[in-house]
Amino acid sequence: MDARRGSEPTPMKNPTTTERKSDRELVVTRTFNGPARIVFEAWTRPELLERWWAPKSFGLTMISCEADVRVGGTYRFVFRHDAFPEPMAFFGRYIEVTPHSRLVWTNEEGEGGGQITTVTFEEKGGRTLLVMHDLYPSKEALDAAIASGSTSGMGETFEQLDELLITLDWAISASRLP
Amino acid sequence: MVQYTSAPIDASFAALSDATRRGVLEQLGRADASITVLAEKFHMTLTGMKKHVGVLEQAGLVTTEKVGRVRTCRLGRCRLEKETAWIETYRRLWASRFDELDTVVEELKRKEKVDGRKKRK
Repeated sequence: MDARRGSEPTPMKNPTTTERKSDRELVVTRTFNGPARIVFEAWTRPELLERWWAPKSFGLTMISCEADVRVGGTYRFVFRHDAFPEPMAFFGRYIEVTPHSRLVWTNEEGEGGGQITTVTFEEKGGRTLLVMHDLYPSKEALDAAIASGSTSGMGETFEQLDELLITLDWAISASRLP
Repeated sequence: MVQYTSAPIDASFAALSDATRRGVLEQLGRADASITVLAEKFHMTLTGMKKHVGVLEQAGLVTTEKVGRVRTCRLGRCRLEKETAWIETYRRLWASRFDELDTVVEELKRKEKVDGRKKRK
Protein backbone atom coordinates (compact mmCIF):
# COMPACT_ATOMS: atom_id res chain seq x y z
CA MET A 1 0.00 0.00 0.00
CA ASP A 2 2.62 2.44 1.11
CA ALA A 3 4.91 2.10 -1.85
CA ARG A 4 6.17 5.65 -1.67
CA ARG A 5 9.88 5.93 -2.20
CA GLY A 6 12.15 7.14 0.56
CA SER A 7 11.61 10.73 1.57
CA GLU A 8 10.77 11.98 -1.92
CA PRO A 9 8.00 14.53 -1.55
CA THR A 10 4.78 13.21 -3.01
CA PRO A 11 3.67 15.37 -5.89
CA MET A 12 -0.03 14.60 -5.26
CA LYS A 13 -1.75 16.20 -2.30
CA ASN A 14 -3.53 13.85 0.03
CA PRO A 15 -7.29 14.30 -0.18
CA THR A 16 -9.27 16.19 2.45
CA THR A 17 -12.80 14.99 3.14
CA THR A 18 -15.64 16.71 4.96
CA GLU A 19 -18.91 15.26 6.06
CA ARG A 20 -21.90 16.28 8.12
CA LYS A 21 -21.94 13.15 10.24
CA SER A 22 -25.13 13.98 12.07
CA ASP A 23 -27.40 16.89 12.96
CA ARG A 24 -24.74 18.27 15.26
CA GLU A 25 -21.45 17.02 13.85
CA LEU A 26 -19.00 17.94 11.11
CA VAL A 27 -16.00 15.75 10.41
CA VAL A 28 -12.87 16.57 8.39
CA THR A 29 -10.20 13.97 7.63
CA ARG A 30 -6.75 14.14 6.05
CA THR A 31 -3.61 11.99 6.00
CA PHE A 32 -0.16 13.54 6.37
CA ASN A 33 3.09 12.01 5.19
CA GLY A 34 4.82 12.27 8.53
CA PRO A 35 4.75 10.86 12.05
CA ALA A 36 2.12 11.99 14.55
CA ARG A 37 4.66 13.78 16.77
CA ILE A 38 5.53 16.11 13.90
CA VAL A 39 1.95 16.79 12.81
CA PHE A 40 0.99 17.37 16.44
CA GLU A 41 3.88 19.79 16.82
CA ALA A 42 2.60 21.81 13.87
CA TRP A 43 -0.77 22.12 15.63
CA THR A 44 0.61 23.12 18.98
CA ARG A 45 3.43 25.61 18.39
CA PRO A 46 2.04 29.06 17.56
CA GLU A 47 4.98 29.95 15.28
CA LEU A 48 4.13 26.86 13.21
CA LEU A 49 0.33 27.24 13.37
CA GLU A 50 0.80 30.74 12.06
CA ARG A 51 2.30 29.37 8.88
CA TRP A 52 -0.64 27.26 7.78
CA TRP A 53 -3.83 28.32 9.57
CA ALA A 54 -4.53 31.28 7.27
CA PRO A 55 -3.55 29.97 3.82
CA LYS A 56 -2.69 32.63 1.24
CA SER A 57 -4.23 30.47 -1.45
CA PHE A 58 -7.53 31.10 0.30
CA GLY A 59 -6.98 34.85 0.39
CA LEU A 60 -6.28 34.85 4.11
CA THR A 61 -3.57 36.69 6.02
CA MET A 62 -2.68 35.93 9.61
CA ILE A 63 -2.48 39.03 11.78
CA SER A 64 -1.71 37.39 15.09
CA CYS A 65 -1.59 33.88 16.39
CA GLU A 66 -1.46 33.06 20.06
CA ALA A 67 -1.85 29.55 21.39
CA ASP A 68 -1.01 28.32 24.86
CA VAL A 69 -1.54 24.64 24.19
CA ARG A 70 -2.12 23.03 27.56
CA VAL A 71 -5.27 22.14 29.45
CA GLY A 72 -6.99 25.42 30.35
CA GLY A 73 -4.69 27.41 28.05
CA THR A 74 -6.27 29.78 25.55
CA TYR A 75 -5.81 30.50 21.87
CA ARG A 76 -6.61 33.53 19.80
CA PHE A 77 -6.19 33.65 16.02
CA VAL A 78 -6.75 36.90 14.19
CA PHE A 79 -6.73 37.01 10.42
CA ARG A 80 -8.31 38.83 7.55
CA HIS A 81 -9.53 38.03 4.08
CA ASP A 82 -8.29 40.01 1.07
CA ALA A 83 -11.81 41.06 0.17
CA PHE A 84 -13.03 41.80 3.67
CA PRO A 85 -11.36 44.67 5.50
CA GLU A 86 -12.46 43.80 9.01
CA PRO A 87 -10.11 41.32 10.74
CA MET A 88 -11.74 38.27 12.30
CA ALA A 89 -10.82 36.79 15.65
CA PHE A 90 -11.30 33.18 16.66
CA PHE A 91 -10.65 32.19 20.20
CA GLY A 92 -11.29 29.62 22.88
CA ARG A 93 -9.70 27.31 25.40
CA TYR A 94 -7.94 23.98 25.21
CA ILE A 95 -9.73 21.42 27.32
CA GLU A 96 -7.74 18.32 26.49
CA VAL A 97 -4.13 18.02 25.34
CA THR A 98 -2.69 14.53 24.91
CA PRO A 99 0.73 14.76 23.25
CA HIS A 100 0.87 13.36 19.73
CA SER A 101 -2.65 11.96 19.79
CA ARG A 102 -5.48 14.27 20.81
CA LEU A 103 -6.45 17.93 21.13
CA VAL A 104 -9.82 19.29 22.25
CA TRP A 105 -10.76 22.95 22.34
CA THR A 106 -13.75 25.26 22.66
CA ASN A 107 -14.78 27.88 20.11
CA GLU A 108 -15.99 30.97 21.89
CA GLU A 109 -16.09 33.69 19.23
CA GLY A 110 -19.79 33.19 18.53
CA GLU A 111 -22.60 34.17 20.83
CA GLY A 112 -24.13 31.34 22.83
CA GLY A 113 -22.50 27.95 23.24
CA GLY A 114 -19.97 27.28 20.53
CA GLN A 115 -18.94 23.95 19.10
CA ILE A 116 -16.29 21.72 20.62
CA THR A 117 -13.48 20.71 18.29
CA THR A 118 -11.66 17.41 18.78
CA VAL A 119 -8.62 16.57 16.67
CA THR A 120 -7.09 13.10 16.79
CA PHE A 121 -3.74 12.07 15.30
CA GLU A 122 -3.37 8.41 14.47
CA GLU A 123 0.00 7.19 13.20
CA LYS A 124 0.31 4.24 10.85
CA GLY A 125 3.47 3.30 9.00
CA GLY A 126 5.04 6.71 9.42
CA ARG A 127 1.94 8.53 8.18
CA THR A 128 -0.69 10.24 10.26
CA LEU A 129 -4.44 10.13 9.86
CA LEU A 130 -5.93 13.31 11.22
CA VAL A 131 -9.62 13.46 12.12
CA MET A 132 -11.15 16.78 13.12
CA HIS A 133 -14.55 16.55 14.69
CA ASP A 134 -16.78 19.56 15.43
CA LEU A 135 -19.64 18.92 17.82
CA TYR A 136 -22.24 21.69 17.86
CA PRO A 137 -24.44 22.24 20.91
CA SER A 138 -27.59 21.61 18.85
CA LYS A 139 -28.84 20.91 15.36
CA GLU A 140 -30.04 24.52 15.26
CA ALA A 141 -26.54 25.83 15.99
CA LEU A 142 -25.00 23.91 13.08
CA ASP A 143 -27.91 24.80 10.80
CA ALA A 144 -27.41 28.43 11.72
CA ALA A 145 -23.69 28.26 10.96
CA ILE A 146 -24.53 26.85 7.56
CA ALA A 147 -27.48 29.16 7.02
CA SER A 148 -25.49 32.29 7.63
CA GLY A 149 -23.22 31.13 4.82
CA SER A 150 -26.11 30.14 2.58
CA THR A 151 -25.32 32.98 0.25
CA SER A 152 -22.32 31.02 -0.98
CA GLY A 153 -24.77 29.27 -3.26
CA MET A 154 -25.27 32.50 -5.14
CA GLY A 155 -21.60 32.70 -5.82
CA GLU A 156 -21.18 29.16 -7.03
CA THR A 157 -19.53 30.45 -10.16
CA PHE A 158 -17.44 32.87 -8.16
CA GLU A 159 -14.99 30.70 -6.30
CA GLN A 160 -13.39 33.63 -4.60
CA LEU A 161 -16.67 34.76 -3.19
CA ASP A 162 -17.39 31.30 -1.93
CA GLU A 163 -14.14 31.40 -0.09
CA LEU A 164 -14.89 34.76 1.35
CA LEU A 165 -18.28 33.58 2.45
CA ILE A 166 -16.97 30.62 4.33
CA THR A 167 -14.66 32.98 6.12
CA LEU A 168 -17.64 35.13 6.94
CA ASP A 169 -19.45 32.04 8.14
CA TRP A 170 -16.82 31.75 10.75
CA ALA A 171 -17.10 35.29 11.79
CA ILE A 172 -20.83 34.96 11.98
CA SER A 173 -21.13 31.46 13.24
CA ALA A 174 -23.17 31.31 16.41
CA SER A 175 -20.93 28.54 17.44
CA ARG A 176 -17.48 27.67 15.74
CA LEU A 177 -13.39 27.39 12.62
CA PRO A 178 -11.01 27.93 11.97
CA MET B 1 -37.38 30.13 -5.28
CA VAL B 2 -35.78 31.96 -8.13
CA GLN B 3 -35.63 35.23 -6.31
CA TYR B 4 -33.15 33.79 -3.80
CA THR B 5 -30.61 32.63 -6.34
CA SER B 6 -30.85 35.83 -8.32
CA ALA B 7 -30.52 38.09 -5.30
CA PRO B 8 -27.53 40.33 -5.91
CA ILE B 9 -24.34 39.25 -4.23
CA ASP B 10 -23.74 42.82 -3.15
CA ALA B 11 -26.92 42.67 -1.13
CA SER B 12 -25.65 39.67 0.78
CA PHE B 13 -22.35 41.30 1.52
CA ALA B 14 -24.03 44.45 2.68
CA ALA B 15 -26.40 42.39 4.79
CA LEU B 16 -23.61 40.41 6.42
CA SER B 17 -21.34 43.37 7.04
CA ASP B 18 -23.36 44.52 10.02
CA ALA B 19 -22.95 42.98 13.48
CA THR B 20 -26.61 43.39 14.44
CA ARG B 21 -27.76 41.67 11.26
CA ARG B 22 -25.35 38.81 11.83
CA GLY B 23 -26.77 38.57 15.34
CA VAL B 24 -30.29 38.46 13.94
CA LEU B 25 -29.32 35.57 11.65
CA GLU B 26 -27.87 33.69 14.61
CA GLN B 27 -30.99 34.36 16.59
CA LEU B 28 -33.26 33.16 13.79
CA GLY B 29 -31.07 30.08 13.44
CA ARG B 30 -32.29 29.11 16.89
CA ALA B 31 -35.94 30.06 16.50
CA ASP B 32 -38.27 32.18 14.41
CA ALA B 33 -39.00 35.53 16.02
CA SER B 34 -41.18 38.57 15.57
CA ILE B 35 -39.71 41.98 14.81
CA THR B 36 -40.81 43.13 18.27
CA VAL B 37 -38.91 40.30 19.97
CA LEU B 38 -35.83 40.97 17.83
CA ALA B 39 -35.95 44.69 18.60
CA GLU B 40 -36.05 43.92 22.32
CA LYS B 41 -33.24 41.40 22.13
CA PHE B 42 -30.99 43.84 20.33
CA HIS B 43 -32.11 46.90 22.31
CA MET B 44 -33.36 48.73 19.25
CA THR B 45 -36.43 50.60 18.18
CA LEU B 46 -38.99 48.77 16.07
CA THR B 47 -38.18 51.03 13.13
CA GLY B 48 -34.46 50.29 13.43
CA MET B 49 -35.04 46.53 13.53
CA LYS B 50 -37.48 46.72 10.62
CA LYS B 51 -34.73 48.32 8.56
CA HIS B 52 -32.23 45.57 9.41
CA VAL B 53 -34.75 42.83 8.66
CA GLY B 54 -35.56 44.56 5.39
CA VAL B 55 -31.91 44.40 4.34
CA LEU B 56 -31.69 40.72 5.25
CA GLU B 57 -34.94 40.02 3.42
CA GLN B 58 -33.68 41.71 0.26
CA ALA B 59 -30.59 39.55 0.33
CA GLY B 60 -32.77 36.45 0.57
CA LEU B 61 -31.31 35.57 3.96
CA VAL B 62 -34.56 36.05 5.85
CA THR B 63 -38.24 35.74 4.96
CA THR B 64 -41.04 37.42 6.86
CA GLU B 65 -44.73 36.76 7.14
CA LYS B 66 -47.35 39.00 8.65
CA VAL B 67 -50.13 37.32 10.59
CA GLY B 68 -52.51 39.80 12.17
CA ARG B 69 -50.36 42.51 13.68
CA VAL B 70 -47.27 40.35 14.12
CA ARG B 71 -44.55 40.03 11.51
CA THR B 72 -42.63 36.78 12.00
CA CYS B 73 -39.09 36.43 10.65
CA ARG B 74 -37.34 33.19 9.77
CA LEU B 75 -34.18 32.21 7.93
CA GLY B 76 -34.47 32.16 4.15
CA ARG B 77 -35.40 28.85 2.59
CA CYS B 78 -32.30 28.75 0.42
CA ARG B 79 -30.24 27.57 3.38
CA LEU B 80 -31.08 23.87 3.15
CA GLU B 81 -30.32 23.70 -0.55
CA LYS B 82 -27.00 25.34 0.11
CA GLU B 83 -25.75 22.94 2.75
CA THR B 84 -23.82 20.89 0.22
CA ALA B 85 -22.18 23.99 -1.21
CA TRP B 86 -21.26 25.18 2.26
CA ILE B 87 -19.68 21.87 3.20
CA GLU B 88 -17.71 21.86 -0.04
CA THR B 89 -16.39 25.36 0.63
CA TYR B 90 -15.54 24.31 4.16
CA ARG B 91 -13.64 21.35 2.71
CA ARG B 92 -11.71 23.63 0.39
CA LEU B 93 -10.69 25.88 3.26
CA TRP B 94 -9.31 22.92 5.19
CA ALA B 95 -7.68 21.43 2.09
CA SER B 96 -5.84 24.76 1.57
CA ARG B 97 -4.75 24.77 5.19
CA PHE B 98 -3.58 21.19 5.07
CA ASP B 99 -1.61 21.75 1.89
CA GLU B 100 0.31 24.47 3.72
CA LEU B 101 0.63 22.18 6.71
CA ASP B 102 2.28 19.58 4.43
CA THR B 103 5.08 22.08 3.84
CA VAL B 104 5.57 22.56 7.57
CA VAL B 105 5.55 18.78 8.15
CA GLU B 106 8.16 18.22 5.40
CA GLU B 107 10.34 20.91 6.91
CA LEU B 108 10.11 19.46 10.42
CA LYS B 109 10.92 16.00 9.06
CA ARG B 110 14.03 17.33 7.33
CA LYS B 111 15.07 19.18 10.46
CA GLU B 112 14.60 16.09 12.60
CA LYS B 113 16.78 14.13 10.21
CA VAL B 114 19.56 16.71 10.29
CA ASP B 115 19.38 17.00 14.08
CA GLY B 116 19.45 13.21 14.35
CA ARG B 117 22.59 13.07 12.24
CA LYS B 118 24.25 15.77 14.32
CA LYS B 119 23.51 13.90 17.52
CA ARG B 120 25.00 10.69 16.20
CA LYS B 121 28.26 12.40 15.29
